[in-house]
Amino acid sequence: MIEEPKTGMNIIVKTVTRLTTGLILLFGIYIVFHGHILSEGGFAGGVVIALSFIHLMLAYGREIVLKKMSEKVSELLGNIGAVIFIIIAVLGLFTGGYLFFDFFGKGKPFNLFSAGLMPLYNIAISLIVGAGLFTVFVTLVFFRSEKK
Amino acid sequence: MFDLQILIVFMIICSVVAVETKDLLSAVISIGATGLGLSVCFLLLQAPDLAIVQLVVEILVLVILIRGTVNRDGIDYRRRLWLPLIVSGVFIALFLVCVYYLINELPRFSYPIMKISKTYIADGFKQTGTANTVVAILLNYRLFDTFAGVTVFFASVIGVLTVMRKIGSKK
Repeated sequence: MIEEPKTGMNIIVKTVTRLTTGLILLFGIYIVFHGHILSEGGFAGGVVIALSFIHLMLAYGREIVLKKMSEKVSELLGNIGAVIFIIIAVLGLFTGGYLFFDFFGKGKPFNLFSAGLMPLYNIAISLIVGAGLFTVFVTLVFFRSEKK
Repeated sequence: MFDLQILIVFMIICSVVAVETKDLLSAVISIGATGLGLSVCFLLLQAPDLAIVQLVVEILVLVILIRGTVNRDGIDYRRRLWLPLIVSGVFIALFLVCVYYLINELPRFSYPIMKISKTYIADGFKQTGTANTVVAILLNYRLFDTFAGVTVFFASVIGVLTVMRKIGSKK
């Protein structure tokens, strides 16, 4: 028999979560990388990635998820996304003369690596949005209920 | 356009319920119903990417509201405070008067018909190399707006972390 777990919801919710969380995470990454071809973007993909972690956290409890992705790491990822965005913007200033200059060239349309710098901007925006929303969720929901 | 009007009336009813109900959980669920109606409205107006963003953000906000606010809140909502009510009424009246004079100054609705968006649709694929015109506008023509939006989001996350911090807080 499977012993009754101490934290989280019951066994049905945990099994369904274990089967679906990876697919949700993969779908978020797919949305982010195909943002310039399909009708999506970095914002929706980042929110879906954050939702996959939140899904895991609601079903399994806080400790298991914070072992995989602690709030310090999540904050760091968000800051890295912001730094990537600004570095790309300023690189355009040095190569082309103005901010946000597209120095990659357009590439072949409808390919994954095309449309200049748009995939990189999408990745940076998804990092900021996903990590930021996950951090806000952890801080608002779990840290407030602690008795210190 | 008749289905759109039904949805708008539904959203208005949900918003009024969310403001006026005494139960906090009912209010949160009414907010979720309002967001769902807005998402379907975007879908009917043929903006699928906005609809997806609205739906996903609505799910996340609903989870945060239910887990974060419903179970722990000691404010008694039945007691009405009259001074804030009067002050907000005065400000709303002032806002409405200003808007009335502002609207007369604006150009008529959709008067220069698609002057800028014609250029985007005609030259967007050639100039940016992506077939998705919405992303071409967001990440190429109007990248400064996206940059400002991301900055505002980042600042709001840092604000939440500052308000909810443990080190240095009084309690």
